[in-house]
Amino acid sequence: MFHWLEKHPFFFSVGVFLVIAFAGLVEILPSFAQASRPVIGTKPYSILETTGRQIYIKNSCNACHSQLIRPFKSETDRYGHYSLSGEYAYDRPFLWGSKRTGPDLMRVGNYRTTDWHENHMKDPAGVVPGSVMPAYRWMYSNIADIPTAYAEQLTNAQFFSVPYNEPIPMKDGSTAVVKMGNNVTEAHAMALAEAKEIAVDMKDQNVKDAVANGKIPEIVALIAYLNCLK
Amino acid sequence: MENRPLEYDYTVTKMFMFTTILLGIVGMLIGVILAFQLAFPGVNLFLGEGLAEYTNFSRLRPLHTDAVIFGFTLSGIFATWYYVGQRVLKVSMAESKLLMFLGKLHFWLYLVTVVAVVVSLFAGVTTSKEYAEFEWPIDIAIVVVWVLFGMGIFGLIGIRREKSLYISVWYYIATFLGIAMLYLFNNMEIPTMLASAPDGSHVGGNWYHSISMYAGTNDALVQWWYGHNAVAFGFTVPIVAMIYYFLPKESGQAIYSYKLSLLSFWGLMFLYLWAGGHHLLYSTVPDWVQTMGSIFSVILILPSWGSAINMLLTMKGEWQQVAASPLIKFMILASTFYMFSTLEGPIQAIKSVNAIAHFTDWIVGHVHDGVLGWVGFMIMAALFHMAPRVFKREIYSKSLMTTQFWIQTLGVVLYFTSMWIAGITQGMMWRAHDEFGNLAYSFIDTVTVLHPYYTIRGVGGLLYLVGFLMFAYNIYKTMSARPVEESELQSASPMGA
Repeated sequence: MFHWLEKHPFFFSVGVFLVIAFAGLVEILPSFAQASRPVIGTKPYSILETTGRQIYIKNSCNACHSQLIRPFKSETDRYGHYSLSGEYAYDRPFLWGSKRTGPDLMRVGNYRTTDWHENHMKDPAGVVPGSVMPAYRWMYSNIADIPTAYAEQLTNAQFFSVPYNEPIPMKDGSTAVVKMGNNVTEAHAMALAEAKEIAVDMKDQNVKDAVANGKIPEIVALIAYLNCLK
Repeated sequence: MENRPLEYDYTVTKMFMFTTILLGIVGMLIGVILAFQLAFPGVNLFLGEGLAEYTNFSRLRPLHTDAVIFGFTLSGIFATWYYVGQRVLKVSMAESKLLMFLGKLHFWLYLVTVVAVVVSLFAGVTTSKEYAEFEWPIDIAIVVVWVLFGMGIFGLIGIRREKSLYISVWYYIATFLGIAMLYLFNNMEIPTMLASAPDGSHVGGNWYHSISMYAGTNDALVQWWYGHNAVAFGFTVPIVAMIYYFLPKESGQAIYSYKLSLLSFWGLMFLYLWAGGHHLLYSTVPDWVQTMGSIFSVILILPSWGSAINMLLTMKGEWQQVAASPLIKFMILASTFYMFSTLEGPIQAIKSVNAIAHFTDWIVGHVHDGVLGWVGFMIMAALFHMAPRVFKREIYSKSLMTTQFWIQTLGVVLYFTSMWIAGITQGMMWRAHDEFGNLAYSFIDTVTVLHPYYTIRGVGGLLYLVGFLMFAYNIYKTMSARPVEESELQSASPMGA
């Protein structure tokens, strides 16, 4: 059979393809639908959080920081409850990372504050002596891209039925609604309202001035995203 | 024409040899910069505060991995295909104007795509998925480049004189099919410009932005099915294709066992794809997928070692060549590193070992055993073998080759030993508890302890880069030397002498 295949490239290629495709079919397909159901309490990202998430991706934060807490005592002690599949239901793409040059960030919102991030992103080694993390000073002057984040929210809502403007069940039995704007102007106003809440806790005068003038520096959006990781 | 040997046409091979070397230098240089940034964070500002956004670790990291995978390695694969393909199929590119055109188009489109990738990654345009960072317009360009590669493969096969496909061709076909399947499925994404605002107004935003078709755990599963097997079909399968051709050619020995090559090929094809789950141990993907990933990784030792042992036994009775020929040294070390990293990988895939190794530098060390020791050495050996035949000149300096070999070997050894120690140290410190059950170390303790190992790794990487520059210089001097006198036709009549 093998000798015959080696003289018939078409059938050889078909054979190879079937053999390599097999594993993917068996492994990936069966649990596809189940794995993406949100757990109770998981909310979609707001406009400023979505913007911040894009900045996280733009700067490949995931190259050094994971967002996946494994079910070991040492990890739950350090980072909090181990990760559940449904908590990632609105993560497109996923940001688990594959290397922890720095600590996990899955629940960083539980134990770090706006103030801490502001100082740390400007001078990591000043806050954590010995840190090898580079500073991200340009984020304090670069202006965040709200329209792209809004387009991402719309894509999530329209193609993947992510529940914006709908009641979402929370852990305490109440419901919450994550609002999404009807147009980009509205989205920008909503982002700015969120940004103002963050900027109140910040010290950098340029950032405060920018937000007061209706502009949102990247750092504000990034902090909004980091604060929502819980 | 009847009795004259075939004149192979190496135009496209030469083009891809050029990008192999160029992108190899770029990828390795960025790698060395990254290594020193981790050891000495000040290096993040090596071009000053103003350019910090473009020179810091996180922006450069995807450029390093992609330059090495899709630049250096892929170029090496293309260069060797356009060389090996002609020779084992006994047909010349010059015989088909169409194939020649497609081959050149393949190269130029590839080059354009590479430029687009470099610009977009520097700008921070990335999807974040490892080794699949490119946004959809570049993805489409990559698919076109890949289809052209496929046309090159099947086009040459279509007009071949030698009816049986040699082992290397099996592996090249598998490379083409495997990457095509994986790349397409992992890069399914929705451009965000397709969405419209509820009130019908203009949204704006970046036209090239997209989001993944899969969410969370599913996205992770598809990504590591891709990520792991991109290694399979980029770093293993085509490199095995190379060694099956170049080692017998260079040593003058026939492949040790045809049956062993059959077993290794079909075994590798079937087993490899299952193993992706070992990147997701203890994550939120289903338990049975994790277990399958673990088990198949261990079974994968069989076909991997099958190929490697086949190579080593090919040298049976001819081991003096290893001492005599620097080129054989490169290939034997490559197969040795192949054995080594295909044993190390399965060990790391065992769940309890993975609990320590995952997220640490041990994984980084493992990748570099494979890429520096196996992929890098084999591609350089292939280029060294091809250069005299393609450029019709002798290799400029054999002693430079030997020096390069030892410098780079030392570099790889420093690299993986330091990363072993770093990874296991960090993994153990993360999980250490004191007698009261509290964590023994804060995270930063587990970072500062790595400084000496990061420094050693940087030096190891630098040695490898220095060796690679020697390689580039050697090839350049070979190309630009005076041509060797035309030898007699191989089929010239003995009476003519």
